[in-house]
Amino acid sequence: MSGASPPSPPSRRAVVGRRVRKVDGFKLVTGRTAFTDDIALPGLLVGRILASPHAHARIRDIDTRRAKALPGVHAVLTWKDVPRVPHTTAGQAWPEPSPYDTYLLDSKVRFVGDRVAAVAAETRAVAEEALRLIEVDWEVLPPVLDMEHAMDPGTAVIHDEPDATGIRDAARNLAGDIHTHIGDVEAGFRESDLILEREYRTPRQQHAMLEPHIVICWLDADNRLVIRTSTQIPFHVRRQVAMILRIPVSRIRVIKPRIGGGFGGKQEMVLEDLCAALTLASGRPVKLEYSRHEEFFMARTRHPQILRLRMGVKRDGTIVAHHMRVLAATGAYGSHCTTVQGNTGSKVLPLYRAPHLRFDCDVVYLTTPQAGAFRGYGCPQGYFAQESLVDEIAHELGMDPIAFRLKNAIRQGDVDELSAQLGEGKKGLPRTIRSCGLPECLEKGAAAIGWKEQRNGGVRRPGRLLRGVGVATTMQGSGIAGVDFAGAFLKANEDGSFNLQVGATDLGTGSDTVLAQIAAETLGVSLDKILIYSSDTDFTPFDVGAYASSTTIISGGAVKKAAEKVRDDMCCFAAQLLDAPPEDLVCRDNRVFAPGGKSVSMAEVAVHALYKEKTQVMEGASHFNTDSPPPFCATFAEVEVDTETGRVRPVHLVTAVDLGVAINPMQAEGQAEGAVAQGLGYALAEELVLDGRGRPANANFCDYKIFTAKDMPKLTTILVETEEPLGPFGAKSIAEVGINGVAPAVANAAFDATGLRFRRLPIRPDAVLAALGGRR
Amino acid sequence: MKQTPKGARTRAAGKGTGAARRKTARPAAGGGAASGGAEAGARVRLSLTVNGEPREVLVEGYKTLLELLREDLGLTGTKHGCELGECGACAVLVEGEPVLSCLRLAVECEGARVTTVEGLAHGPDLSPLQRAFADKGAAQCGYCTPGILVTAQALLDRTPRPTREQIAAALSGNLCRCTGYLQIIEAVEAAAGTQAQGRGGAPDGRRDAPVQRRSEAGA
Repeated sequence: MSGASPPSPPSRRAVVGRRVRKVDGFKLVTGRTAFTDDIALPGLLVGRILASPHAHARIRDIDTRRAKALPGVHAVLTWKDVPRVPHTTAGQAWPEPSPYDTYLLDSKVRFVGDRVAAVAAETRAVAEEALRLIEVDWEVLPPVLDMEHAMDPGTAVIHDEPDATGIRDAARNLAGDIHTHIGDVEAGFRESDLILEREYRTPRQQHAMLEPHIVICWLDADNRLVIRTSTQIPFHVRRQVAMILRIPVSRIRVIKPRIGGGFGGKQEMVLEDLCAALTLASGRPVKLEYSRHEEFFMARTRHPQILRLRMGVKRDGTIVAHHMRVLAATGAYGSHCTTVQGNTGSKVLPLYRAPHLRFDCDVVYLTTPQAGAFRGYGCPQGYFAQESLVDEIAHELGMDPIAFRLKNAIRQGDVDELSAQLGEGKKGLPRTIRSCGLPECLEKGAAAIGWKEQRNGGVRRPGRLLRGVGVATTMQGSGIAGVDFAGAFLKANEDGSFNLQVGATDLGTGSDTVLAQIAAETLGVSLDKILIYSSDTDFTPFDVGAYASSTTIISGGAVKKAAEKVRDDMCCFAAQLLDAPPEDLVCRDNRVFAPGGKSVSMAEVAVHALYKEKTQVMEGASHFNTDSPPPFCATFAEVEVDTETGRVRPVHLVTAVDLGVAINPMQAEGQAEGAVAQGLGYALAEELVLDGRGRPANANFCDYKIFTAKDMPKLTTILVETEEPLGPFGAKSIAEVGINGVAPAVANAAFDATGLRFRRLPIRPDAVLAALGGRR
Repeated sequence: MKQTPKGARTRAAGKGTGAARRKTARPAAGGGAASGGAEAGARVRLSLTVNGEPREVLVEGYKTLLELLREDLGLTGTKHGCELGECGACAVLVEGEPVLSCLRLAVECEGARVTTVEGLAHGPDLSPLQRAFADKGAAQCGYCTPGILVTAQALLDRTPRPTREQIAAALSGNLCRCTGYLQIIEAVEAAAGTQAQGRGGAPDGRRDAPVQRRSEAGA
């Protein structure tokens, strides 16, 4: 099901490969109405959630009479008032591979911030007063906060409800597990000359998109439920809300306006179900949003992991065996639990072509904030560990870290069998590498960072400020093979413009622009002739949504097919005007050309079709791939370690990335650079900290630090273009891969500067000082 | 790593800590509710100039400038990202100085000259800064963009040809989670005419690929 037509030569492309202005640039720089909260609705109520103060407790009883009696309160909902439908909030294609362990409202709470009740009232002040009037009779249960002891006998059981399904072993707090292998790692270790085993720990990172989760629901003139929401997954949300509230899909319309960032945090139904329930209960429009404080712990986080890696190599640097064991915490609910962790194995281990691979993983429940999808989807954890370990092995062997990676890295023509074993919650499909620019990424990145000149070799030199450089190589995917799919619809207007309707969901990544560029290039028209609209479940075709680095390759594949059909239709009508066979016609420059050079404009063709032939030119297409071509990335970091303060300061970050063909190089660079900023936070600063009772300790931007403009190092982004046969115009993906290598490159650079290994993220000054102190 | 959230009255980087600012929590959330949940507080008549237009409004005393702009004046270009003075999404200009509108009471703006993102363009004609932001990829999701645009405009008004370091310092109270800031800084440089030639690592042969300018109306 890949794009059939061979790619046109890049030199002749008019729109694809160009640094065009984003199609939504005008509205974003003028502040025009765009985002969920930018509309005013008459009679709009404000929804608020009563959040659990306890990490683990049962609600013996809940009394809402005083809250309901408060003037201005229109709805108060508790578990007694809503249907009990087990579900997952994960925004995944049906049937979702995540356990159904979540309820709209429940008589049990499983983390500080869990839903206890919800209120809709005339104002936020009234709603918050109503929350204070709700009386809860708590039976407080022991919290479960330590993932290393979550499965110990005698530990409180977090999901003791009888109606949850898909949980691996609820009695042991085991949400899911994965065990798979290729070859025989134990035999591999016996063949190895050097074996290293190390443990790595990664933190609970918060997405911190600038627009917190927000939903507005109302009943339209036909009494249908309209959900205007900042989501990456409008079609999954429609399906999930229908199931949870027991109303038909046909009674729901989901509108995705402009999204203020997502990074996976909005690949999840977070507030839509509750806001819809409040609208149904009150009959009024309701807005439900998280405050910034709530966003930090009531939305989703990256899964924290403890990874134990064991790798065996030959003296010449050949990797023989690699065994990765992962313990991960999904928090209170299991959305994305096995798929994120599956990626930690399937998109990390196969980067190096060892004959013996083994992946063992347990994902446990804790009474902590819920983890979910987050840019990289399990890879940042896995690559921090793997790339730190191979760096250490290369050092032990006395090999250059780049040479070690090049010797072992997967290459064009290789078939990655581990992907076949680790699909989306089931058996997957093997992955064939059809394009790979990793050697070029390493070569160009090394030149940009000054690898030979800057390297220290892990020798601590005298002086307060120590500099070093480090590298990491990573890959990702481009869509979920055999699962992700998208539709696109195109129609011609009489001025030669085309409406492009897609269910794909631009969350700031620029996908509206990329998809419009693909349509314009295929149709031979300028970009301003493509009027893209995304997405509205009533008016745009289905798309699984914006995740798994899928939009360019999957949604773009659908757009290209639809545009090819429309182009063929336009040629048929143009043939009547040009008196030439349609198959001989060429579309370019907003015109259709016959072989002799005679031409007509697209507008003339459209007018002819509409008013003469009484035909609306319109076509739709669907697309999916049975393989997920990986983009490859080499990340280089130069850091400065202050031996007095312990601070690790990034000086220069180089991202050299093979993304296939860049549909819009400017946007691709922006994706890579944004990933570096988020990755630097992961490496050096970001961790949602919980206290001994599971309460968040730093749920605000003052105490949870993300990088500002002043904190950023010099950035260099190198786009290494390859031609991917499965992608539209040779494209793969760019959105996620760039974050994976930042933390390990920084850690390896810190080693290069100090001779010390840092195996726990974020690398904080206190840990650096402690390590340095040990060496003094 | 966030060191310099903008003070309510100053753009100067490095002054004041966010933690101190957070204690000046917005009065609306707590105040109104604590006093019984109703729309407490009398309405105050307020005159101010917004984007060059004189406006007279009756506003509740507890409302912030952000709420006045978004809810009473229908100017939704200004965003709310934290309502704690931490993120900069709500920045507007008051008398030409960047101010966090989530921390400024509306009634404090009597007689003031307020500029929001809606006031930067002249009809469909984008300002040089806006055009540079649109052309250079400086707006990804666009949620932080209004606050960054007005903050950068204030910088350019005072320092027409800023260095890269001055730009980064001026914008260090405006969080962006999408871009990594480089394309934002480049856009400010382009608007100021100070942009260095070329950037590392454009794809081979594409570095000088033409920027295709679309009509300002966005077509």
